[in-house]
Amino acid sequence: MANDTKTYDAIVVGGGHNGLINGAYLAKAGLKTLIIERRGFVGGAAITEELVPGFHFTTFSYALSLLRPDIIHELELVKHGFMPILMPSSFAPMENGDYLLLGPDRDENIKEILRHSPHDADAMDRYEHDVERVCQLVKPLLDKAPPNLFGKSPEDLADLAELASHLGGAEPKVLHDTVRMLTGSAADFLDDYFESDILKGYLASSGIIGTKVGPMSQGSGLVLLYHSMGEHDGHFGAWAFHKGGNGGFTQVVARAAQAFGAEIMLEAPVDTVLTRDGKAVGVALADGTEIAADVVVSALDPRRTFTQLVEPRELPGDLVESIDRMRFQGTSAKVNFALDGLPRYPALGDRSDQYRGFVNIGPSMEYLERAFDDAKYGWYSQRPYLDCAIQSVVDPDMAPPGKHVMSCFVQYAPYHLKGSDWDTERERFADTVQATLESFFPGFGDLVLHREIVTPLDIERVVGLSEGNIFAGEFFAPQMYFFRPAPGWSQYRTPIEGYYQCGSGTHPGGCVMGGPAKLASQQILRDRSATG
Amino acid sequence: MIRTTPFYERLSELNATGLWGHWSGYLSALRYDMSAKHEYFAVRNSAGFFDTSPLYKYWIRGKDAERFLAGVMTRDIRLCRPGRAQYTLWCDDRGFVLEDGVVFRHSDTEFFMTTAEPNLGYFRDLVGRLDVQIDDVTADYGVLAVQGPRSREILHRLAPEVEKLRFFELTPAKIAGSSVTVSRTGYTGDLGFEIFTGADDALGVLDALIEAGAGHGLRPFGEDALLMCRIEAGLVLINVEFQSSRLAFTDHDRVTPKELGFGWMLRGIEADDRPFIGRRAIRRELADGTSRWSSVGLLVDWQDYDRLYRAAGLVPPKDETPLGYESMLYDDDGNRVGYATSLMYSPALQRHIAMARVQPRLAAPGSRVNVELTINHHYETVAADVARLPLFNPTRKTA
Repeated sequence: MANDTKTYDAIVVGGGHNGLINGAYLAKAGLKTLIIERRGFVGGAAITEELVPGFHFTTFSYALSLLRPDIIHELELVKHGFMPILMPSSFAPMENGDYLLLGPDRDENIKEILRHSPHDADAMDRYEHDVERVCQLVKPLLDKAPPNLFGKSPEDLADLAELASHLGGAEPKVLHDTVRMLTGSAADFLDDYFESDILKGYLASSGIIGTKVGPMSQGSGLVLLYHSMGEHDGHFGAWAFHKGGNGGFTQVVARAAQAFGAEIMLEAPVDTVLTRDGKAVGVALADGTEIAADVVVSALDPRRTFTQLVEPRELPGDLVESIDRMRFQGTSAKVNFALDGLPRYPALGDRSDQYRGFVNIGPSMEYLERAFDDAKYGWYSQRPYLDCAIQSVVDPDMAPPGKHVMSCFVQYAPYHLKGSDWDTERERFADTVQATLESFFPGFGDLVLHREIVTPLDIERVVGLSEGNIFAGEFFAPQMYFFRPAPGWSQYRTPIEGYYQCGSGTHPGGCVMGGPAKLASQQILRDRSATG
Repeated sequence: MIRTTPFYERLSELNATGLWGHWSGYLSALRYDMSAKHEYFAVRNSAGFFDTSPLYKYWIRGKDAERFLAGVMTRDIRLCRPGRAQYTLWCDDRGFVLEDGVVFRHSDTEFFMTTAEPNLGYFRDLVGRLDVQIDDVTADYGVLAVQGPRSREILHRLAPEVEKLRFFELTPAKIAGSSVTVSRTGYTGDLGFEIFTGADDALGVLDALIEAGAGHGLRPFGEDALLMCRIEAGLVLINVEFQSSRLAFTDHDRVTPKELGFGWMLRGIEADDRPFIGRRAIRRELADGTSRWSSVGLLVDWQDYDRLYRAAGLVPPKDETPLGYESMLYDDDGNRVGYATSLMYSPALQRHIAMARVQPRLAAPGSRVNVELTINHHYETVAADVARLPLFNPTRKTA
């Protein structure tokens, strides 16, 4: 067995955005840090690939919103090229050929909503205000490790008291709205404000992304809340497209990490975390190389962190059981297109300004719920929900002049197909997606120069996310906060001393948020200073 | 009657907002799109074009034109070769700034000048017996600023000359069959060019530009986006960062070139034997160290900013629209130490920034000041670090 002579203070397993951010923080604190990535480039699920010359695809993750703003400054990302470009519109085509087009001008939006429902014209301000109040209450929780609900130390009790005081300080209505969102359905919440199908369909879409729920399922409210907490330059619910895609973003983070002194090792799959006397001492790569470190951090999902990188037999039974029953059940896929030109939406003629932001194919809650019905019974949606973005409209560097790349997020696409498998279904699945687009944008198929199909199985195989779950563990109440990824293990430690977790399977969860990575680094540094 | 620029016919078709400002008597788009920020991003990420025609324009020609400008302008025009442009100031005899502008040197004896305010009378009164002709040609030319990282690639398709054009150089070129001048100048702090075209040719030039920019993310931008860019770029604006000394009531409203941040323009002034207006006063100011202010950038402490608003129960606003008033600056003991002339949230820098004037002892980068804000109708202060201008300065600007 070959031994690498170099030793490190910390090794981060996985060079996705959380691995990079965690490594950058550790390096910034002075730890000799190595980030190890299995693939030939960093980024994990936040990558941009030039699959066809001149066409840059955001294969998996495709927009930026929930990134914690403090990370931008603390890691000096602006210096390394951080550039989130505003996506100033949202376009929601309808099955009858009409559409909802919302932009940056409030008054124009009111008129647009009024066109669909006079009743809803004044509801939008109320809805947004109420959701902002909830975000205001919940957001501080994203920026702190969850209290240890099961701990009895003075610090644990103080943390719990602080949480109780924070929530106790909320207005009753805000706290009630929060609980309704955290536990209820997006449909129930939206029904309180709106009557228009298109508006509700558009808003409810944020309640299902990445999760095996329909808008009428309990639990979709939580997903809606998460996506409402995103921001662009202080505006809640606004999204940005990073220059060069989310791969452009992770390249920025990699440069920052290296500038702080972190090393990055590519094409180096980690086989196991090495332990001695219940303590992590380094990692062994698949080729047998061993690299020593005092601290090992897994940026992989909880299933890999606890059952593959280490021996589950060495872990407490309760923990293994919790991880085994953690719900992953990926339900999202992507079909990305290289296009010869912009699609034409008949009702808008030759206009193209509707493509500066997301194109939301989810014209009603019923449409979304019916799409979910297919998934409930083990099949992909025959009329899927699509969240599309023609990113080359916002960033011309993504495609040759006049040509475009279109990222198309698809739901539902359950990881487990009944009576078939994804390798068999991938082309038929993509055809279904393309046919749906064709029904809204006649002639769409003629524009397609290339198509990239990303099934949940591809997400698992390529990125390593179990069952292709984009959040590294589904967003639902029993898997959040105190319980993410498992009761008693929400503070980034593991039962193995020196072995930590920093992936999206920990609080505050998935999306390109970076929160888990930063909070984990704080825990690691606190523990190191405590042990001297 | 409000006038329109030679580009208006096309720009009015492109202006989806119907919002126009009045700039020097001309209609000038505030924004073309509902989101000025979207236009701002075009300049920072791809390319945008801005109609800067309302600037006053003068030809200053004649055997003594160089001598004339050398005697009026604070910066030495003799150092500007034909084919180059020079950003400059002119001062009164007390060494206070009157105005700023750009001189484009076309030949030994021909200078084209753009200014924000009318200056013909003032300049002509200073000609004396020199062989100089000064003509106001404001309405004869359209000027189109093409700015942003893709501007060179787009313009190159129309005028290959731009490929080699260096920062503050100019070249004759032909666009859409019309003779134009293209300079590597602008007011955004980014890679960028300005096209000077005869008024009659303006629409043809604009149409050619729009066609060349198709697929490159080229879009028009209005004054709102321009003002965001110019603050990030640390470029001063008359009647915001300073006002003409000639029109000021007190010295509080006057600044010297050094105080306005143009100490670099005065380098070598000791050895400079050129008589120009304000020379004695400026040399005395430099020798005696009597400058009252230093112009600096401010980087607002984002944590302090967020904390203040959160503590007040508010969502911290991050608005890229520049504040319409001066914000006072204090030291930690509450003494007034300066004022911010332009304050905004910078999308590129991801924090609030300002152009400001501080007491010279605080001019060193890293000095700390406190910026006054109103939160919930109370005065509060937020910490900020002094930084060198420009705050946003991509290498592509001059590369």
